[in-house]
Amino acid sequence: MDRFRMIFQYFQSNSESVMNGICGLLALASVKMYTSFDFSCPCLPQYNMAYGLGIMFVPPIILFLCGLILNRQSLVMLEEWRRPPGCRKKDLAVIRYMCSSIVQRAMVAPVVWIVVTLLDGKCLICAFSGSMDPNKFVGFANVSTVQVQQLLAKVPCKDDELMRNNTSRKAVSRYLRCWSQALGWSILLILIIAAFLARWLRPCFNQATLLQARHWSNYIDIEQKIFEETCCEHSRLFAHKCILHFFESMQQEIKLHSFSLPREGEGAKGEEDLWGITDQDQVNKLLKTWYYEKPPLDVSQAHQR
Amino acid sequence: MDKFRMIFQFFQSNQESFMNGICGIMALASTQMYSAFDFNCPCLPHYNLAYGLGILLVPPFILFLLGFVLNNNISMLAEEWRRPQGQRGKDPAVLRYMFCSMAQRAMIAPAVWVSVTLLDGKSITCAFCTSVPVESLGNASHPRLSQGEIQQVLARIPCKEIYNGQQLIANEVAVRYLRCISQALGWCFVLLMTTLAFLVRSLRPCFSQAAFLKSRYWSHYIDIERKLFDETCAEHARSFAKVCIQQFFEGMSTDLVAARCHLPRKAPADAGETAEKLLGITDQGTMNMALKSWHRCKPPLHLHPPALPTGNGWAGEGQPPTHPSAPRRETAAYYSWV
Repeated sequence: MDRFRMIFQYFQSNSESVMNGICGLLALASVKMYTSFDFSCPCLPQYNMAYGLGIMFVPPIILFLCGLILNRQSLVMLEEWRRPPGCRKKDLAVIRYMCSSIVQRAMVAPVVWIVVTLLDGKCLICAFSGSMDPNKFVGFANVSTVQVQQLLAKVPCKDDELMRNNTSRKAVSRYLRCWSQALGWSILLILIIAAFLARWLRPCFNQATLLQARHWSNYIDIEQKIFEETCCEHSRLFAHKCILHFFESMQQEIKLHSFSLPREGEGAKGEEDLWGITDQDQVNKLLKTWYYEKPPLDVSQAHQR
Repeated sequence: MDKFRMIFQFFQSNQESFMNGICGIMALASTQMYSAFDFNCPCLPHYNLAYGLGILLVPPFILFLLGFVLNNNISMLAEEWRRPQGQRGKDPAVLRYMFCSMAQRAMIAPAVWVSVTLLDGKSITCAFCTSVPVESLGNASHPRLSQGEIQQVLARIPCKEIYNGQQLIANEVAVRYLRCISQALGWCFVLLMTTLAFLVRSLRPCFSQAAFLKSRYWSHYIDIERKLFDETCAEHARSFAKVCIQQFFEGMSTDLVAARCHLPRKAPADAGETAEKLLGITDQGTMNMALKSWHRCKPPLHLHPPALPTGNGWAGEGQPPTHPSAPRRETAAYYSWV
């Protein structure tokens, strides 16, 4: 039992830290994904906005879903939500607490992606270069409407032959990047202030309910783990007994069919491990019986023999 | 048995994490394979599509099969599926659970390959460069070319060094267009896979949770039972071999004594276990004969009942040599009907 106690304590103290660890890993993975992703704006009038906004918003959805999938507690919460009440009432406050903690952790990686995207600026430049007012920029002011759209769409592509030496391109690019970075920093600031306030002001509201909800959500998590551990332990013992009975039943069958006198008190070295199976044919029969007629899943017969 | 218990507990508690580890390693291996692979578009009209789509679709299929091959549980599933019913009924739900969990793990590396290929863009660029809309993207003033010639020119888009169609359509424009499409497809594919995984994982507790717990328990049980049976058989084989070899040496020693017709020198009382372990073979010639006999004429797989325990294990004290072949064959015949 001491072993179990140690395992429980480990899980108790580390369940939160395991989830925080996964959260941090996903955030790092999101930064790594962004840096290794080869952003390549199409520089075509209709496609720019779709591409830019797509790169900004689709990976966060993917990261959010990944955050939910990788978090073990989301399964626990769903099971608790959907289980029949039975002999144990359901406490909605616990389920709400678990849901909010799961969602908070899952939101970290998407927010990191969006902030990194905005601070880098390429997405916004790609998406909104076609929506710029051409009259503000010298190089695009005196161009026909159709052509100006094409030219503006090519601003994100520095190496394009039309854009290579265009100074207005750099102006548009700088303008959009400035907006993008301002937006990125503002979002970061707002989120951090919100997190700070939430953590500081939480003790002012319903602290007792919160403590209860946290305790019981931990409890449900640990109970689930222990149940799985106990099932594993049980299936191992069950299998052990089942196989022992199989070998013993083989031994009995051999004794029944053989004419040799039962050897009382055999002290031969290693013979007691052999279950009386001392012959190639006997071993072959045992293996064949194991395949063709697996023993029933019933170890209660041991006591009746 | 305590040693086995510890080993089994390690395997059981870590079975899931072991399989997840293999899964992660295969996903990493698939990204590594892609970056190490030297993609070489043929830049010929009909070969491009075959090459590009082949690189996109054939390695995932290989990785999927590899995922099954590397999974130890595949043989367990096959065994459980094909075994005769006997005294134990078969539960199709357990088989379905085992197959689904194996298939899910095997799908990860192929999905990673397809995503990385699409997000990189080279494969789609190579496969669909001949389908680029020249009318909308190309230069308005391009020389009139026949369809076949246009196809030939467009096929060279992925190969910048030999591209000769700048008047028709700029290389960078076409490449950017194709790569944009490829990356959009890639992100959509990743989103679809993630959504499917999320739905599969989250809808399960809403339906059939009890059936799931049952299937999971019995699939673990089958796995553990198989491992325990193998371990028990290995233990048995060890004991069998030990007794068989001991009886071989005892038989040898008895034969030698009978052949030489002299009483063996009794070991002094205080030689103890060492003399016993020598089993009557105490010189080079005898040892060589024993080794030759082991090679030429291995003893049958049939242990005879042990001699009555003597003080120092020497069988050469007037006991008749026990020939291992004769007596128990009759008993073997009784149940060899299987």
